[in-house]
Amino acid sequence: MDLFIAIFTGTIVAATPLIFAALGELVVEKSGVLNLGIEGMMLMGAALAFWAVTAGYSMPVAILAGALAGAAASLLFGVLALTFLTNQYAAGLALAIFGSGVSAFIGRSFGSDPIEALHGVNIPVLSDLPVLGPLLFRFDPLVYLALLMFAAISWFLYRTKAGLILRTIGESPQTSHAIGYPVIRIRYIAVLFGGLMAGLAGAYLSVAYTPLWVENMTAGKGWIALALVVFATWRPLRVLLGAWLFGGMTILQLQGQALGLQVPSELLSTLPYLATIVVLVLISRDRQMLALHFPASLAKPFRPAT
Amino acid sequence: MRIAAPVVACVLTLIFGSLFFASLGHDPLPTLYAFFVEPLSSLNGLSEWLLKASPLILIACGLAVGFRANVWNIGAEGQFTMGAIAASGVGLFWPNPESALLLPLMLLAGMAAGMAWAAIPAFLRSRMNTNEILVTLMMTYIATLFLSYLVHGPWRDPAGFNYPQTALLPAAAMFQSFDPAYRLNPSIFITAVAVLLMWLFTDRSFLGYKMSVSGAAPLAARYAGFRESAAVWIGLLAGGAAAGIAGMAEAAGPLGQLSPQISPGYGFAAIIVAFIGRLNAFGIVLSGLLMSLLFLGGEGVQMTLALPSALTRIFQGILLFFLLAADFFIFYRIRLVRPAKDAHALETAR
Repeated sequence: MDLFIAIFTGTIVAATPLIFAALGELVVEKSGVLNLGIEGMMLMGAALAFWAVTAGYSMPVAILAGALAGAAASLLFGVLALTFLTNQYAAGLALAIFGSGVSAFIGRSFGSDPIEALHGVNIPVLSDLPVLGPLLFRFDPLVYLALLMFAAISWFLYRTKAGLILRTIGESPQTSHAIGYPVIRIRYIAVLFGGLMAGLAGAYLSVAYTPLWVENMTAGKGWIALALVVFATWRPLRVLLGAWLFGGMTILQLQGQALGLQVPSELLSTLPYLATIVVLVLISRDRQMLALHFPASLAKPFRPAT
Repeated sequence: MRIAAPVVACVLTLIFGSLFFASLGHDPLPTLYAFFVEPLSSLNGLSEWLLKASPLILIACGLAVGFRANVWNIGAEGQFTMGAIAASGVGLFWPNPESALLLPLMLLAGMAAGMAWAAIPAFLRSRMNTNEILVTLMMTYIATLFLSYLVHGPWRDPAGFNYPQTALLPAAAMFQSFDPAYRLNPSIFITAVAVLLMWLFTDRSFLGYKMSVSGAAPLAARYAGFRESAAVWIGLLAGGAAAGIAGMAEAAGPLGQLSPQISPGYGFAAIIVAFIGRLNAFGIVLSGLLMSLLFLGGEGVQMTLALPSALTRIFQGILLFFLLAADFFIFYRIRLVRPAKDAHALETAR
């Protein structure tokens, strides 16, 4: 039972940064913009949140700082991709490299001591329930925030007019522009939101998940989040399910030794990356389904015809 | 005009660098001197400069072949690692460690391993429609972990005091440097050949032309009957081969053995080198030399001014940002347009 609880809660926690980052990227891609720089934005968020904690700020402030760092980084991408109409692949890659450099630079003075991690919540009665308490009601607040964001984004994209406009822009910026929607401005907002979410994901890593600073501590989670969006065929519920699947992989890798798997730890660690490739292949084979959900203008620079 | 953007980007990066150093409380001019000039002021520095430029140029040449056709191989770091692993495997375990064939065999092994590592994303992209960006990147993480497994486990040097590293390669498995005092070795000639081959391919061959068309105008390429899968395969295999050879040259050159960290990020930096060099063979040579200087300068200021080597990656990112932004001013004409108020006035006047 204890092992089951450990695996279940571990999965949920490991999935949380992926949920933040992938949901943010989902909104960005729905608006027709591809930001490959998630890894860089997450690292900036992680570094800044960690710095804020060590500088004595409270946990909420630190997490907010991480989110804002991600948003600031995404603005760099936004200016290049939206105002300067550059190749979005190249701009995103530049952001990924830049973010990893800046975060390592900020983190040079952090040392290797862990900080006190974000606490789990303590809800009267609920948290004390046998089995259900530790299973559902003792996570840290960000885990619940991630689920809340999922609900909010699903509702926004498919149940509000603003969400419809965002998706329209992703399908055909020309049409949206002709109708009179400010395509570039809305795309900027989407990119900033994506940055905010990636920053949150990074902050979660450095102040809650593994509360210590390691250079390049995201270890490819930003890229896995990108893969998740494809895997989810641009649908929020599938992002959530995909993130849990990958969270499970991570936990399997951590618990692998405990479960008595006789595989060297380095090879077990390849699991999430292998799984990413496998699910990408499975999803991408079905061209028709991809074409159905793929934002038609994805990664194509848009210049309003005057 | 196409050459102007990289130059402008370099100048802007220098200005950014000065401001950045000033904000850290370092006098910008001496710091820039330490970063960009000091490394080149000694014979050893020049040797290191070319030594580091060589893998960057080599990999960038291979990658550019793919980039021209919109094939995004960003996993050169992994192909580099696999090349180094395969070449070292041959060097360490070949029955006759004094064979004159050892070095050529290692070269072939490194190239084959890099190509094999790139063939997986090529297959998945051309047959399964799988995005090569994500697959090449995931393959990089897997390659790094595989290397870590080898040097911590089966390939660890039994006489190595438990350090995670392999035994040293035998002398016949190493490039002999031109001068024992410096590390520069004949592997730079491989890079020179690669640059020439790349120029011939992209500028003088029909196949290279077809690849460029696939990249610049995919619909036109399809109409003309150029096969997309051919471009995918050639693009990825060229990058894999180049990165694999670069990995081999690194193992058989400055490294001499495998350890968990064998690349200071050559595979990723080469992407930027390819872009700054405008995906053109000779441009890549220049930008590779520049990027190598960034690596050297980063190491230099790390030692002399105690600034972190992460600066190199910051400068790499900034350089690419500025290049992309500069392109905008070259490809577009800026016109100031009055806001739509006038149109509204026109409407009401009617």
